[in-house]
Amino acid sequence: MAEFKEISPNASAGAKLTNWFENRIPTAFDAYKVHMSEYYAPKNFNFWYVFGSLAMLVLVIQIVTGIFLVMHYKPDAALAFASVEYIMRDVPWGWLVRYMHSTGASAFFVVVYLHMFRGLIYGSYRKPRELVWIFGCAIFLCLMAEAFMGYLLPWGQMSYWGAQVIVNLFAAVPFIGPDLALLIRGDYVVGDATLNRFFAFHVIAVPLVLLGLVAAHLLALHDVGSNNPDGIEIKGPKAPRDAKGHPLDGIPFHPYYTVHDIFVVCIFLMAFSAIIFFAPEFGGYFLEYNNFIPADSLKTPLHIAPVWYFTPYYSMLRAITGEMVYVLIACVLGGAFFSVVKFKMPLLFKALIVGAAAVVVAMLVSIDAKFWGVVAMGGAVIILFFLPWLDYCPVKSIRYRPQWHKYVYGAFVLNFFVLAYLGTQPTSAVGERVSQVGTLFYFGFFLLMPWWSRLGEPKPVPDRINFVAH
Amino acid sequence: MKKFLMTLVLSMGFVTGAQAATGGIAWDKAPNKTNDIVALQNGAKLFVNYCLNCHSAAFMRFNRLRDIGLSDQQIKDNLLFTTDKVGETMKAAIDPRQAKDWFGGNPPDLTLIARSRSAIGQGTGADYLYTYLRTYYPDDTKATGWNNLAYPNVGMPHALWELQGKRIPVYETVQEHGAEVHRVKGWEQIEPGSMTSVQYDEAMGDLVSYLQWMAEPSQNTRVRVGFGVMLFLLIMTFITWRLNAAFWKDVK
Repeated sequence: MAEFKEISPNASAGAKLTNWFENRIPTAFDAYKVHMSEYYAPKNFNFWYVFGSLAMLVLVIQIVTGIFLVMHYKPDAALAFASVEYIMRDVPWGWLVRYMHSTGASAFFVVVYLHMFRGLIYGSYRKPRELVWIFGCAIFLCLMAEAFMGYLLPWGQMSYWGAQVIVNLFAAVPFIGPDLALLIRGDYVVGDATLNRFFAFHVIAVPLVLLGLVAAHLLALHDVGSNNPDGIEIKGPKAPRDAKGHPLDGIPFHPYYTVHDIFVVCIFLMAFSAIIFFAPEFGGYFLEYNNFIPADSLKTPLHIAPVWYFTPYYSMLRAITGEMVYVLIACVLGGAFFSVVKFKMPLLFKALIVGAAAVVVAMLVSIDAKFWGVVAMGGAVIILFFLPWLDYCPVKSIRYRPQWHKYVYGAFVLNFFVLAYLGTQPTSAVGERVSQVGTLFYFGFFLLMPWWSRLGEPKPVPDRINFVAH
Repeated sequence: MKKFLMTLVLSMGFVTGAQAATGGIAWDKAPNKTNDIVALQNGAKLFVNYCLNCHSAAFMRFNRLRDIGLSDQQIKDNLLFTTDKVGETMKAAIDPRQAKDWFGGNPPDLTLIARSRSAIGQGTGADYLYTYLRTYYPDDTKATGWNNLAYPNVGMPHALWELQGKRIPVYETVQEHGAEVHRVKGWEQIEPGSMTSVQYDEAMGDLVSYLQWMAEPSQNTRVRVGFGVMLFLLIMTFITWRLNAAFWKDVK
């Protein structure tokens, strides 16, 4: 137990109250120091470093608005759609809460994508921050589950058919597929049972996991310290420190980054409010027009597309056609041949590689392309988890990487946008080819990273961060 | 088989807006009168008199019309045909089974039609409705005797024909991108209605604005509140910007 601190009887009432609490729950006071007032963050954070705080803000918005929505929403296939309209019309300020929640879903993905991109370009996933990155990827995965299941709840046409299409994908898994899909739906088609379980997951299960992961993400981050745009460790053994041992290139998170983030929050809320109040449908991208029609299991919409934030992965799913499987086979065989010929290793390893390649090719041939589409879609997210062990560049930050690396990252982003766009469109011959090339590029970017990230001459990395006083 | 499938798809089209993109001419831009109380009241009158017989607006309460300047008494005296309580939602008079017999399907609920009929790249639901309500023409090959340019082979007859009269589209053939295109040049009035063409367009603008308002009755409040919120945030942004600068001023 911590030392019991006596306080002078002449102290102010506030000081006495603080002292009273500090003697009874010192952990909270320590946590405040560790995570806020004495958490030293690098001074040179730029624009890209605001999205973590914003993601936290959006999470809170989603939880608070979600609580109020649940007060009026009915998770029942016969009542769900009408209850959402009830919220929009009869519940005082219900429209505002609902628009905040629906816009919040898209805003969450906007800030999380930008947050992840920041991590990607500044090498924030590199040693010793691998776990920070992995927890982050798990958060992203949870967020996708949360968004997907939440999207069913308004019980509109797109809610219904989107869920139908995605759950049916699980049926493509060999052997257990049909039973798995049945387990997820709780019925042979998406119905009341599906709505109820998705509701339970959306409002209880996934948010709990999400909160736990956010805590783990932050704890791990505050243990190893934040990276920065220069990718230079400010708390390393050689980093300069002041007399008290605080890093010279760091600054306490509170108040310096809290005032900074409050300013950014205001700017973010302006954009967020502009959408809520002046364009809540956001041209049919945040609230899809078809979703203003109640779900009808007998009328399939001609064009079913997921909400914008899932479209890059949806493109990759659709890209894996029967033809594309041959390309994948060629990639597997080419990769195996290359590694056997190029690298020196024991014969046993070579035999293992050839054997593994043969097994993968046999599976590619024998299992339906639809399943491989699902694998590509899932793999596109799972591969992110391995990023810390794929990057072999001697420097962390894009600032000191060889110039042409910037173009590789630029192409990666452009490719992601192209895939996202194609995912919103109906299938076409040209679109299919483009999305196939895009899918290969997406995976190539990661799988070939151990090779290309080593190439080129990085620029010299300075000892101290670049900080220009404001 | 192909024909059967086509029929199936088209018959689905009667009740769902999900296929808005199939066929039909380009949409005209609807006038936006969702802030015009007189237009909205006229639209509400047209809606209750001409649409509500067959179509419901099951999420819309009669007394919400207070938002467009009508009193409960005015609503009771002029607009309540299917119920006697102003707190009721707008339910159609028609029996769903009869509707199915007569038109091949249930007339869709119209509460949200102005939102659900929007299509990316084509226009708003209001544009669609404004075009749709003005492009009916007699067609003897159809069971109802009517067809529509915005919604080919529509199951609904021209409920407003006594206002508009009967018109037939006049086509012309033009060269476009090196191909011959058959398109509507104008209309020929073959039987006059009780309104002139200009009056009818005006009335349809009112009706569509009403439908647009009914799809989201809080939209005018939303925009009004939005300006206040934006103003508040602008001030807050300025204050927090200066606050941030004050804290970071001495950081070297």
